[in-house]
Amino acid sequence: MTRTIAAREGAGVVQLEAEVIGNVAAGSYRHLTLVTPGLAELARPGQFVALSVGDGTSSMLLRRSFSIHKVSPAGTYGGTTEIVVAAHGAGTRLLTALEPGESVGVIGPLGRGFPLPAQPVPCVLVGGGYGSAPLFWLAEQLRERGCAVEMVLGAASADRLFGVVEARRVGDGVTVTTDDGSVGVRGWVSDVVPDLIESTGAAVVYGCGPMGMLRSLSAIADEHGIVAQVAVEEAMACGIGVCMTCVMPVRDESGTTSMVRSCLDGPVFRGDRVRWEAFEDGYCRVPEDAVGAPTVVR
Amino acid sequence: MSTPAPAVDMSVDIGGVRLPSPMMTASGCAANGREIHRFIDITALGAFVTKSVKLDPVSGRGTPRMAETPSGMLNSIGLQGPGVRAFVEKDLAWLHSIGARVIVSIAGNTASEFARVARTIVRSRYASAVAALEVNISCPNVANRGLVFACDPAGAHKVLTLVREEVPRGLPMVAKLSPDVTDIVEIADVVLRAGAHGLTMINTTLGVAIDTDRLRPHLVAATGGLSGPAIRPTAVRAIWQVAGAMREGRIRAAPIVGVGGVRHGTDALELVAAGATAIQVGTAAFNDPSAPHRVGVELEQLVADRGFERLADVVGIAHERFTA
Repeated sequence: MTRTIAAREGAGVVQLEAEVIGNVAAGSYRHLTLVTPGLAELARPGQFVALSVGDGTSSMLLRRSFSIHKVSPAGTYGGTTEIVVAAHGAGTRLLTALEPGESVGVIGPLGRGFPLPAQPVPCVLVGGGYGSAPLFWLAEQLRERGCAVEMVLGAASADRLFGVVEARRVGDGVTVTTDDGSVGVRGWVSDVVPDLIESTGAAVVYGCGPMGMLRSLSAIADEHGIVAQVAVEEAMACGIGVCMTCVMPVRDESGTTSMVRSCLDGPVFRGDRVRWEAFEDGYCRVPEDAVGAPTVVR
Repeated sequence: MSTPAPAVDMSVDIGGVRLPSPMMTASGCAANGREIHRFIDITALGAFVTKSVKLDPVSGRGTPRMAETPSGMLNSIGLQGPGVRAFVEKDLAWLHSIGARVIVSIAGNTASEFARVARTIVRSRYASAVAALEVNISCPNVANRGLVFACDPAGAHKVLTLVREEVPRGLPMVAKLSPDVTDIVEIADVVLRAGAHGLTMINTTLGVAIDTDRLRPHLVAATGGLSGPAIRPTAVRAIWQVAGAMREGRIRAAPIVGVGGVRHGTDALELVAAGATAIQVGTAAFNDPSAPHRVGVELEQLVADRGFERLADVVGIAHERFTA
């Protein structure tokens, strides 16, 4: 059932009609396993896949992007890719309803993943809701490099956490927070992260989850003089860098701000490079000093 | 199961330039080539159409700048781009290096800015890669709504006249028209009189989506351009009207590049039968990056299935078979 649509040599990305071989509940989410030959071998933690909704006649044209939870290059089915999907709207409801044996259009791996430290330094990995999905695979790779890994999983309530059991397997320490206190520490991940950075002497914070959480993680990292590497969520139409819808204001090394595509230049950015102040009330404005920004008439 | 290769002459003539295939990307839907070249060989297309390039760098608008709508999407990107000098040195250089046939889409805030962009392109050292210029007088996402030249006959005429002065003989100039006008035939007439060698129809059509949670416009710019299969009947209508006027001798005959909601070969065939010589695939590429190539394969098969040996024999055929 799996069929390769496009896989140009050296492109680093494949386009497939992928067979679904698993769809199981994980709290409020669905954990999908897809047969993706050629994709698993290329993927790194923090990269994502873009799934189509329905077939070539679907009225929902835009792909939905999900960070890769894990890949298995050589299982019984050949390479597989696992993702975690929350049913938010009509498109994700169709995806979470996919049954084993059905197929779904997949493009991946996409974007730049999490950079790994050259030295074995302590790291704090923070996931909000199902945003934690890519962190377990990242934790394994960090520990293979000798890094101590402290994990923080936060959500509104216990059912919206993802991967607590897996975190205990791959992390040296695990802290759980919920807004309603239904499990773990009552409050936000940002309430516990400063103490963890100090107690572990962390050199890097990795984050994946809602933008507000990533913004506060970046601020906490700044206050501690360390680097935050955050995987952002921006609305994407294509995921492959052609539509220009997922842009964000990001500074480059020289301090110049541009509206960059989060699908190509991200989704992982250094927290101190993102112009968080441009985000407000569901909008992101173009900073006045960004390259090519509209001239402000006063 | 093997299907015999259909023997259809798919070559097309765009204002004197022969292209081996009618298939093109649509401006703004394939960036400047590198990204989509990971999925399909863009040198195999009839032409690669770039994102519209302006004189200076443009940041585009803030976000959200996109909303999904039934069988379509709204965008208010705002012609984000690096400016023509960076475009030439980076993007056109790359397209030239891989041997792509390029249609450069140009835009500007003023008629003379269009002309300066055109001049920079045609005088660049990579100009040999340029098969044509597409003059985007119809982008709805510029900062000033009054700048949609394609809604203003005098403005459209001025842009085409000034660009024409920069374009060397043999390089076609194709004007991209907006469907958001009272009479698209009138605008087509004006730009053809000003020297356009062909028309691209259609650009996106203006729309608004409301965020029903926040009860405010979804896009930060409020309005956006609607694209995707939702607008295909509008594209077919525009092509039908303008091709009809050409056939009746009311306006000068010129090739029409059809664009708007093409996702499958049958969609492309609709536009061709209505009068389009070539086909651009836009929003469908966001869903399926292989679509600009795939649609061409499907179109060729459909033309063969209907007993034609040349795509050119199908162009506008619906006018001949319409007997109302």
